[in-house]
Amino acid sequence: MIPLSCYLVLSAILFACGVTGFLIKRNIITIFMSIELMLNGVNLSFVAFAAQWHNLSGQVFVFFVMVVAAAEAAVGLAIIIALFRTRETLNIDQVNLLKL
Amino acid sequence: MLHLILFSVFGLVCVVGAVNLLLQKHPINSALSLVVVMGSLAVEYLLLGAEFVAAVQVIVYAGAIMVLFVFVIMLLNAGEEEHTEGSRVAWLLGIPGMLAVTVIVCWALLMHSDTRTVSLGALPGPPADIAQLLFHEFLLPFEVTSILVLIAIMGAVVLAARPESAPERKEG
Amino acid sequence: MTPPNLYLWLIPLLPLAGAAINGFLGKRFSRQAVAAVALSFCGAAFLMTLWIAARFSSLPTIPHIERVAPWLRSGDFTVDFSFSLDQLSLILLLVVTGVGFLIHIYSVGYMWEEGGYYRFFSYLNLFMFFMLTLVLASNYLLMFIGWEGVGLASYLLIGFFFLRDSAAAAGKKAFIVNRIGDCGFLIALFLMIKQFGSMDFSHIFNAIAQSPQQFPVESSGVGLLTAIALLLMVGACGKSAQIPLYVWLPDAMEGPTPVSALIHAATMVTAGVYMVARSHVIFEHAPTALTVVAIIGTLTAIFAATIGMAQTDIKRVLAYSTVSQLGYMFLACGVGAFSMGIFHLMTHAFFKGLLFLAAGSVIHAVGGEQDMRKMGGLRKKIPWTFWTMSAGTFAIAGFWPLAGFFSKDAILFQAFTSPYGSWIYWAIGLFTAFLTSFYMFRQWFMTFFREYRGTQEHTHDEQSRTGVSTPHGHGRGGVHESPAVMLVPLAILAILSIIGGWIGSERFDKFLAPVFHPAPAVSAAAEEAVPATLPAEGVKKEGPSENVLAMVSVGVAAFGFLLAWFLYHQRPELPEQIAVAFGSLYQAVANKYWIDELYSWIFVKPLIAISGIVFWRGIDQGVIDATLDGSAATARELSDDVRHMQSGNVRSYAGWVAVGATAVIAYMVWVGTR
Repeated sequence: MIPLSCYLVLSAILFACGVTGFLIKRNIITIFMSIELMLNGVNLSFVAFAAQWHNLSGQVFVFFVMVVAAAEAAVGLAIIIALFRTRETLNIDQVNLLKL
Repeated sequence: MLHLILFSVFGLVCVVGAVNLLLQKHPINSALSLVVVMGSLAVEYLLLGAEFVAAVQVIVYAGAIMVLFVFVIMLLNAGEEEHTEGSRVAWLLGIPGMLAVTVIVCWALLMHSDTRTVSLGALPGPPADIAQLLFHEFLLPFEVTSILVLIAIMGAVVLAARPESAPERKEG
Repeated sequence: MTPPNLYLWLIPLLPLAGAAINGFLGKRFSRQAVAAVALSFCGAAFLMTLWIAARFSSLPTIPHIERVAPWLRSGDFTVDFSFSLDQLSLILLLVVTGVGFLIHIYSVGYMWEEGGYYRFFSYLNLFMFFMLTLVLASNYLLMFIGWEGVGLASYLLIGFFFLRDSAAAAGKKAFIVNRIGDCGFLIALFLMIKQFGSMDFSHIFNAIAQSPQQFPVESSGVGLLTAIALLLMVGACGKSAQIPLYVWLPDAMEGPTPVSALIHAATMVTAGVYMVARSHVIFEHAPTALTVVAIIGTLTAIFAATIGMAQTDIKRVLAYSTVSQLGYMFLACGVGAFSMGIFHLMTHAFFKGLLFLAAGSVIHAVGGEQDMRKMGGLRKKIPWTFWTMSAGTFAIAGFWPLAGFFSKDAILFQAFTSPYGSWIYWAIGLFTAFLTSFYMFRQWFMTFFREYRGTQEHTHDEQSRTGVSTPHGHGRGGVHESPAVMLVPLAILAILSIIGGWIGSERFDKFLAPVFHPAPAVSAAAEEAVPATLPAEGVKKEGPSENVLAMVSVGVAAFGFLLAWFLYHQRPELPEQIAVAFGSLYQAVANKYWIDELYSWIFVKPLIAISGIVFWRGIDQGVIDATLDGSAATARELSDDVRHMQSGNVRSYAGWVAVGATAVIAYMVWVGTR
């Protein structure tokens, strides 16, 4: 019998780690992995709420989130490959052609 | 009691893995840490009784997506991160802001939540029930998601395709 | 019985129609057509005036008021377009339309060779419209419209030869100095609105006359009516060229001579006298103001006369003479003899208009030369001009039985005997009459007698008169008489100058008595009231009779004639020696006492400096432009700073996203936990 808030705090910590990684890392792939971490944190809170309210929709939603995460990972990595071909670098600070 | 111990142990593993992802310099180490995180998250799902979700987590997330990540890291021969001049906004505003949010959210949750508790294996989620939901209430999102995946596949293929400049390279 | 409809509004509007037709379409007309339009509309106004004059005695109520249209309505304050007719305005009407019509005829010939013919007659008709509005108005506001309008017409006509710098400057000077006077007039109008709540003549004057307690005679010199009267006098000084606002009139001679005759001798400059006469009720309740009027009139008369003695331009002599004679009219008003002032206004219109037109004829004869030192001996060559101008000169000098004698003598007599007058006014006025006679005969002798000193082969457009002229058509060189169209008005005005005074001052005064000495209103308060009007002519101070004073003034005029004859006919080398002998005094007089330079130094230059430094650089550039430029610069700097957000750096974008998300989440948490 664990209070629900414990799960939610864990989810928040995972999400926070994901955001931190997104902000401080320089490698594009690592940044992508931080995004996946964020998504996982959110999944945990979905499942926790589903358990509390005895509504399976939460788990179905996790399913959808995973599908979208997969699609996004595929396309994103394809973009990174294309980017690598032209810029020869994985450092996000050097992908700055759009500055004014 | 058991619930609490299991939850704490695997929760700790999650957090350590996440922090390790941040601290590692080489992306492959970060990827492996992420796999650890996903695995312990699957255990957490099991603790909540969501068997199907836990299985899918391991199969799809840890088994497919992370493999994809590792493939790309190997393909691009990603090395350790170099130190470059970054953005001050991200450091000065983003991290403190996010930390503040986390603290606020946690505080809010811990102070104001009602004393509802979740028991071990609270909501069993057999695949049959999930399928029932999936094909009845959530049919439209299900179909749309399948189209989404199709588009993602096509997009990935197009984006990652090698450009048609191969004959040119052979000359030089 | 109901008053008949005299269609008073037609009198001003007929010249306005002429002005509009000539102004908009005249460019395509031939000269004959333009002249025909102008003359017909002006003549129609004159004929209407005659018709009204014929019916005047049969009018049931004087003043006869015709309300044409409503104008301003604001609570209780109403002003309408309404015209009024009484004896005073009838006399002014006859003078303005009659003399105006004669001058129109004269101008047809005088301006024949000039460019902008249609423009001249359009302006001339426009002036007639405004002047007639001024005379016929039954309230101060409509009169003020006419007042301003004649100032505008004066500006347009003085600067008629606008390609000439001096003409344009003279026009500006006239308008600006007029405006200074109008400022005083306006303040007087505001005071009237505040006190009486109306601009109507009858309303204001009845209010004053019937409430002796509320509006006593302000002998102490302090009070509302004194203030109004003094401010009205400021306006009159500007319009009628009295000290200190006379400086525009001599410069106004830059305009064509018919303009000088009509506007600056006969009609516009007399508007101030008319206004003071019309407001006599206010002035009579403010004796201090009356004294101020008399003093200003007297001082101006003698001051301008002294300057006129040393002038060499034939038109300038007449200009200063006009200023001086206007001083006489104000002197008359200032001693309470308003009707005598109007009498002199009428005779002055005749002989001064004649003098100016004749001077124009002389100038035309000698081919544009205006300097009297280059004239002379013209008596035999231009006889018609000589005889008419002589009539005018003798009239202005005040010789019996010509018109000027009667009016000027009446003024001097009133100055001596009126309760408001004093022998000082009379003495100064007498000396001024001597000076007037002297400088007018000086001009007469220099122009017409002895030998011709000029070079009559001057081509006609060489001299300063014209700025846009075409060469004269007639091939006769040399001094020649003017055409008939110019001579007939001269003859008519000469006849009027001779017989114009024969009506006599007493009959004139009796005719105007209903205006200036109305029967006191019967009211309960009238019993203990102080008489609100000046005593009639019968109450005089002890003193010599009118005949004795008349002989004195004729004698003085004769003395002036003799002195001029001696200095300019018998011994013409003497004036130069006298000028040298008097040295600096002569220089002062010849340079008009340097008044223009003084004004320039005190008022004009500092004003221009303030305008340049404070208003232009300080406020316009420093504040207004700086504000606009500053706001534009601020916008630019702001966008320059914000621009750096678009750095192309993905991580900074991520940082901003995180900040925004933080704000939203914090807000939602705060709302949710309240």
